Amino acid sequence: MLCYDLHRMPDEKSLTEKSRIMDSARMKRAISRLASEIVEENQGAKDVYIVGIRRRGVPLAERIVDKIAEIEGEMPLFGIIDITLYRDDLSTVGASPIVNRTELDTDIDDKIIVLVDDVLYTGRTIRAALDQLMDFGRPRKVQLAVLIDRGREHRELPIQADFVGKTVPTKQSEIIRVMLKEYDEVEGVGIFEKPSE
Amino acid sequence: MDKPYRRRDLLGIRELTEADIRGILDTAENFREINAREIKKVPTLRGKTVINLFFENSTRTRTSFELAAKRLSADAVNISVSSSSVSKGETLVDTALNLDAMQPDCIVVRHGSAGVPHQLAKVSRAAVVNAGDGANEHPTQALLDAMTIREHKKKIQGLEVAIVGDILHSRVARSNIHLLTKLGAKVRVAGPGTLVPKDFEFFIDAGGGDERSLQVCPHVEDAIQGADVVMILRIQRERQDSAYFPTLREYAVHYGLTNDRLDLAKKDAIVLHPGPMNRGIEIASEVADSSRSLILDQVKYGVAVRMAVLYLATGGSAN
Repeated sequence: MLCYDLHRMPDEKSLTEKSRIMDSARMKRAISRLASEIVEENQGAKDVYIVGIRRRGVPLAERIVDKIAEIEGEMPLFGIIDITLYRDDLSTVGASPIVNRTELDTDIDDKIIVLVDDVLYTGRTIRAALDQLMDFGRPRKVQLAVLIDRGREHRELPIQADFVGKTVPTKQSEIIRVMLKEYDEVEGVGIFEKPSE
Repeated sequence: MDKPYRRRDLLGIRELTEADIRGILDTAENFREINAREIKKVPTLRGKTVINLFFENSTRTRTSFELAAKRLSADAVNISVSSSSVSKGETLVDTALNLDAMQPDCIVVRHGSAGVPHQLAKVSRAAVVNAGDGANEHPTQALLDAMTIREHKKKIQGLEVAIVGDILHSRVARSNIHLLTKLGAKVRVAGPGTLVPKDFEFFIDAGGGDERSLQVCPHVEDAIQGADVVMILRIQRERQDSAYFPTLREYAVHYGLTNDRLDLAKKDAIVLHPGPMNRGIEIASEVADSSRSLILDQVKYGVAVRMAVLYLATGGSAN
């Protein structure tokens, strides 16, 4: 009678990897470049607030924060956003996605928010993150940094990234996976083929 | 009747597995932060309708469910039906069918008779959440109690919990006994003999000996001795005419939680009460107002728990 499918996840094991487009060294260099571009664009780390989008945006955001601290000698602000409650597909996903905590401990008013995510695809995640940010306050500016941009042709909303690690043109039948040591056995970025249905 | 929607009813703790309970508590944990925000609202259940159908009076629970729904952006409708004006059977089913025809996504129901939510769930397409049915269950109360205990004790497994008072009529006690024993706590119950039948030990299982997870204690002191958590139940003054015990004064003397009795529990024991409390009867004011009493924390966590339950009940409708 009761079924709380809290832990139903797509079966990732059934995916086959077509190509590895980044290894851990290239990923590290891409993150360093993202950090440099962020401080260059904003003329330092003052008022810069790096906000990782759960799940995989969070470790990426932490690495960017460390790199900025290394370059500027000053820690930017850091926060975490969970967009589950702002999703636009709750009634179609079937099982309720797991809700995690949003951690924006410092006031976002008048800050330069840099949202960090692993992959930019349809833009819907970023829309949800923007909506949530606006419920928390009024940032001076919001920018977007992603490790992988899958290209404009997949976008379903008028959203684009300010800082991109690598643009990878992909087909809709493909899945990009950013693998991070926090969640995966290896580090790197791979293109996987969706199993045909 | 066909039921085209995926069902996510919450009818009782008895129907849940340990993993279900942990899942709800973890989800609730993450909803707490929203209640501390300046703008206490997320758009998650926008366009969903929640009906609070209360056949019994309630201020706390109804407000808590209403706030939970509103903070998730659902539209909440409150219906209070005084139990005297509604007879059981057909009328209840008709009420349910009429409400269901308005296509709500979730019906939260409280009723003086056990099993009403289950009956409603059979005929309604909306998810049904039990907000208390007779002496059967009050699942969200047990969940918020568990959340309060977890917050202060960091775990439930292995804790000793005393539940004191009118066990016989208490749905709070039943839901808590199911939940706490499923999560590995030991529960001891005590109260007047008329309100704590000895065979209540067989309520959850027929096992025996000191190892059993539910024990009936002859004296309140035995239950409280060494406890990590002392849960006090409300004396239902409306049942006073049934002569379960001579007078309220006598109840207070023999069963009320005073500082002296609480001193028998562990030094860091916490005190819970589902409210509304009768000061000076089941709980002394000095205990209720002490730092060990977490009564207002329970109320605070109640909103987060109900947000989690509504989210899980209505989150995914079609599949």
